[in-house]
Amino acid sequence: MGEMGESKPIAIHRDWCKGCGLCSAFCPRGVLVLNLGKVEIQNSENCIGCGLCERICPDYVIYLGRDIYG
Amino acid sequence: MRIELLNKYFKMDQLPHIWCPGCGNGIALGAAVEAIDNSTMDKDKICIVSGIGCSSRASGYLNFDSLHTTHGRAIAFATGIKLANPELNVIVITGDGDCTAIGGNHLIHGCRRNIDINVLVFNNNIYGMTGGQYSPTTPRNARTSTSRQGTVERQFDICKLSENAGATYVARGTVFHYKHLIGLIEGAFKNKGFSIVEILTPCPIQFGRRNKTPEPADMMRLLKNSTSFSDDGKTKIGVFRDEKEPEFVSEYIKLLSNEGDISV
Amino acid sequence: MGEALLMQGNEACVRGAIRAGMRFFAGYPITPSTEIAELASLMLPKYNGKFIQMEDEISSMAAVIGASLCGLKAMTATSGPGFSLKQENIGYASMTEIPCVVVDVMRGGPSTGLPTCVSQGDVMQSRWGTHGDHPVIVIAPSTVKDIYYMTIKAFNYSERYRIPVILLLDEVNAHMRESVVIENDVEIWDRKRPLTRENHKPYAADEDGVPPMGEFGKGYRFHVTGLVHDETGHPTNSSEEAEKLIRRLHYKLEKSRDDIVIYEKFKTERCRTLIIAFGSVARVCKDVICQINDDSIGLFIPYTIWPFPDKELLSLIQKNRIERIYVPELNTGQMILEVQRIVFGRCEVLGINKYSGELITPTEIIKCLRRG
Repeated sequence: MGEMGESKPIAIHRDWCKGCGLCSAFCPRGVLVLNLGKVEIQNSENCIGCGLCERICPDYVIYLGRDIYG
Repeated sequence: MRIELLNKYFKMDQLPHIWCPGCGNGIALGAAVEAIDNSTMDKDKICIVSGIGCSSRASGYLNFDSLHTTHGRAIAFATGIKLANPELNVIVITGDGDCTAIGGNHLIHGCRRNIDINVLVFNNNIYGMTGGQYSPTTPRNARTSTSRQGTVERQFDICKLSENAGATYVARGTVFHYKHLIGLIEGAFKNKGFSIVEILTPCPIQFGRRNKTPEPADMMRLLKNSTSFSDDGKTKIGVFRDEKEPEFVSEYIKLLSNEGDISV
Repeated sequence: MGEALLMQGNEACVRGAIRAGMRFFAGYPITPSTEIAELASLMLPKYNGKFIQMEDEISSMAAVIGASLCGLKAMTATSGPGFSLKQENIGYASMTEIPCVVVDVMRGGPSTGLPTCVSQGDVMQSRWGTHGDHPVIVIAPSTVKDIYYMTIKAFNYSERYRIPVILLLDEVNAHMRESVVIENDVEIWDRKRPLTRENHKPYAADEDGVPPMGEFGKGYRFHVTGLVHDETGHPTNSSEEAEKLIRRLHYKLEKSRDDIVIYEKFKTERCRTLIIAFGSVARVCKDVICQINDDSIGLFIPYTIWPFPDKELLSLIQKNRIERIYVPELNTGQMILEVQRIVFGRCEVLGINKYSGELITPTEIIKCLRRG
């Protein structure tokens, strides 16, 4: 489920994204952007792990934490 | 939504949910699940009851005993469930139309009885599922598909209504104030009596697009800017009532005995 | 042979219900059914059962369904206008297959009508009152004794077939007092339980078309919806699943139809003329048959008016070469439509109708018979 790299503190399950844009509008560091109507992680190095995206995403697309697939 | 909670409490094969892009119902449901996770309730003794409408589809996504009932009647079904099995923690998920229009009578009588059920009203000020008609909580002058020149009717204040009808826990939160909302729902679970949490949540598709806020983010900002924790003229959020009063089911079961004759 | 007790029809209904295992009643006051709620409120707590007076008939029906989901045998009782209000949730119980018994004590209608007077105007509402295609069982007792035992039957059917069962009383037999012999041995049926909680599919039916039923709070964690659903209980838009579900809902009754229908043939051995009557009118007709003492006239009483004992009636018509059928009823002609459907032109079918709010008398019926 989703894309997860070494440096990314967040993971996304892009299939479920409906492109509402709440995450990109409220991310304080511009980490999340919409691309072709779905969310994408763009500047993951800027992520401070505040978790606002995880809470505000109405579609349960964004997850915080590194060990989620462990 | 935290992934561990998603896996623990959701029926993953039922997701993604049916709600529109930017609809706040998913956030409200997430907050409810966080509050359930924080509580000490036995998860096999939780029962989710909902009515009909967008918000009421929530019951089918959660991995509990769940009952998706008829329009407006969730509280009535929940009353039967709670009285039949007082061990159950009954959570009603309903919307503004479901709860205060067609179900208004059951709401006030649930409050009056002070029966121990927890009602979460996802208030998006509109009938979303049927295409955006005005509800009892649509603000005056707001445009809807049945009030294209602006709604003439006045609004219900769900919290005042419930408080005056006798609910012992009454609170209002928003999906923007997520952590605050979780706390409000936890408060509802702790109250042994009729608890109601009005959750303000945006409907960008049916409400926003007709009222100059089609962008989910704009609706969310509006929610942030139009509410306040204090009495400053904005819509107040927080706990309005939290009191202990005799609860219906625990009073009723005092009457029960086993003295009946077997051959009736 | 058990003890004989004098009781009112509505009282017999409550006593029969408790005997059947009823432990939950939700209701709303309405004439002429109110005694059922009153007595249930008094008696149920003594059997560890619950009574609640809800805010209306809609919520009473809802509460009953909720309680049944928690494993309690549940009933509600109402009359005329209240029966109309219950219809949506009766459909919900049909669709979600939640056992419950709904008593309708018929009074004069439409609307508020004649609240204290008898009628048989709800024959069709009891069958088709809720919207959509749905199976239903409607039992119409005639005497107070019938009410006691048929209330038990109503619960038995409801539990076994997971279906709302409607018990159709009328103002006359509900308020009449008669002696009822309380038998010591009565058959009580309970709903089927799932064998395991593992991979619980709440709507996976057995061969008889009936799915075993779990209950809330026991770890099954299942979903119930009035939407068209698949075996998992979750909503589906699949046309295949929709058809499968509706077909099964009807199949489960069709399959057990012979075990369900109840009827009585009274002095029909040599009859060529048949009276078909139900409810309190049936007892008037029994009196008619006894009074005229003419073995060319017999009486057929359907106790399950839905499903109607059609095969049984037809075989009687054919065997006896019935020439004429009279259908006396306290309405402008409802059950006669079902009789005409079955008779299909094989003989003459005549209605005897009264809708003044009074019970039809033996003399009135005899007059019609003599008129020819």
